[in-house]
Amino acid sequence: MKGLSLFLGCLVPNRYPGIEMATKLCLAKMDIDCVDLPGASCCPAPGVFRSFDRTTWLTLASRNIVLSEQMDRNMLTICNGCFSTLEDANRTIKEDDIVKEDINEHLAKVGKEIKGDIDVRHIIEYFYQEYGPEKISSYVERQLDIRVAVHYGCHLIKPTKDRGLGGFERPTFFDELVTALGATSVEYPDKVACCGAGGGVRSAMKERSLKMTEAKLAKIKETGVDCIVNSCPFCHMQLDSGQDEIKELAGTEFEIPVLHYTQLLGLALGFPAEMIGIDTGIEKNRKLMDLLDSQMDS
Amino acid sequence: MEDEEAMEAEISGKLNSVSVGALRCMQCGICSSSCPSGRHTSLNIRKIVKIAGKNSDILDNEELWMCTTCYNCHERCPRGIDIVDILLKIRAVAAQSGRILPEHRQVCKMLLECGHAVPINDTNKTKRTEIGLEEMPETVHKYKDGLEEVKKLMTSCGFDELIMQNEGENRA
Ligand code: SF4
Ligand code: SF4
Repeated sequence: MKGLSLFLGCLVPNRYPGIEMATKLCLAKMDIDCVDLPGASCCPAPGVFRSFDRTTWLTLASRNIVLSEQMDRNMLTICNGCFSTLEDANRTIKEDDIVKEDINEHLAKVGKEIKGDIDVRHIIEYFYQEYGPEKISSYVERQLDIRVAVHYGCHLIKPTKDRGLGGFERPTFFDELVTALGATSVEYPDKVACCGAGGGVRSAMKERSLKMTEAKLAKIKETGVDCIVNSCPFCHMQLDSGQDEIKELAGTEFEIPVLHYTQLLGLALGFPAEMIGIDTGIEKNRKLMDLLDSQMDS
Repeated sequence: MEDEEAMEAEISGKLNSVSVGALRCMQCGICSSSCPSGRHTSLNIRKIVKIAGKNSDILDNEELWMCTTCYNCHERCPRGIDIVDILLKIRAVAAQSGRILPEHRQVCKMLLECGHAVPINDTNKTKRTEIGLEEMPETVHKYKDGLEEVKKLMTSCGFDELIMQNEGENRA
């Protein structure tokens, strides 16, 4: 199988560098052949850009894919939005020669050509399909005996006919990767519900998007968990910064720590919280770390 | 005047052709009852499917922009209508006729300028170095020739024109 190139996107390197670091540390520790992808841009994000002009969206996505093709590596994404854009674009190019030709006319202006000979992967489905929960647990140095609310997000699994990861009503693959680290994945109502951020809603109608987030957080809070784990920095932002924004707007406090899966995995592989962007200066995060530390002592 | 009429005709032609799939709709309402946005906003996706392609007033309907593209409706529609695809195509017709929300235009300008919808800032440069990453990520932020390529491609696709041209006559 081909090696991997790490597609960063925008939010991870520019807002959540801890997730970038967690990803790099985990992949290195697991001996997964994954290198940087120099010169990539925004995927471009499916919400706004795909809405406005499909050709621009496809062309920029194709340029990103070409960078990985030139290294003869499959592309690894750590964001549901990037996955949605790049997987969609890659599949379109592979299936539709007319579109491919059209996009290549644009790409020729910068001396590039898309071939359609690599795959785009999301780290969650990659871990699940190439490693599986059992092998993942073999890397664990520190069992995380905590209750986790898994948030799949929408674009990792939908549209299901394109993603091919099974049905969307009750998926289990992400939960299995969480339990592989010693944690309990807790069931909660409307688990596969959207975080509220996608489709350009967060950027243009923040208050309304936060209503959806609040509904989701309320159900998680009622269920009682130690943290939320997601697979997407955009969901991450909505669920995490969203808590502060909701507090300001509505006065509701949730105080639920939010981690990207690579950060949870990073903790299980023994990396210190600060190194992987879990800010223990924030009270809810410190509580989570105290809980984990108390398990180490016992 | 004639120009305007021609433009109207073109728009309704486009709306018609992107919405063909919606004709299969039986108005069962499964889409709207699956819609997380509809529970908290005025978005009524069943109605949008109903009027899609029939009336160009839809282009000025704010509800178009309340969809998070979560695909619930799309997945559950018993008639197999690709609801999100249709909605995105209607959005594109709206955008191409100058109906772009100011916040979305801003995000587009970021892309035009930096190749990133969300560019780096000083806080995050510091955060990066504090945890041991390079100050600038391995993206077009660091590789300026890459950024030039991205800009060239956006020009080639007419994206800069789309975003900059009808600014001011924002009708959304
Ligand atoms: S679920 Fe499908 S058939 Fe039913 S109202 Fe919605 S679009 Fe129409
Ligand atoms: S894709 Fe949009 S319209 Fe459909 S259920 Fe999700 S938010 Fe509602």
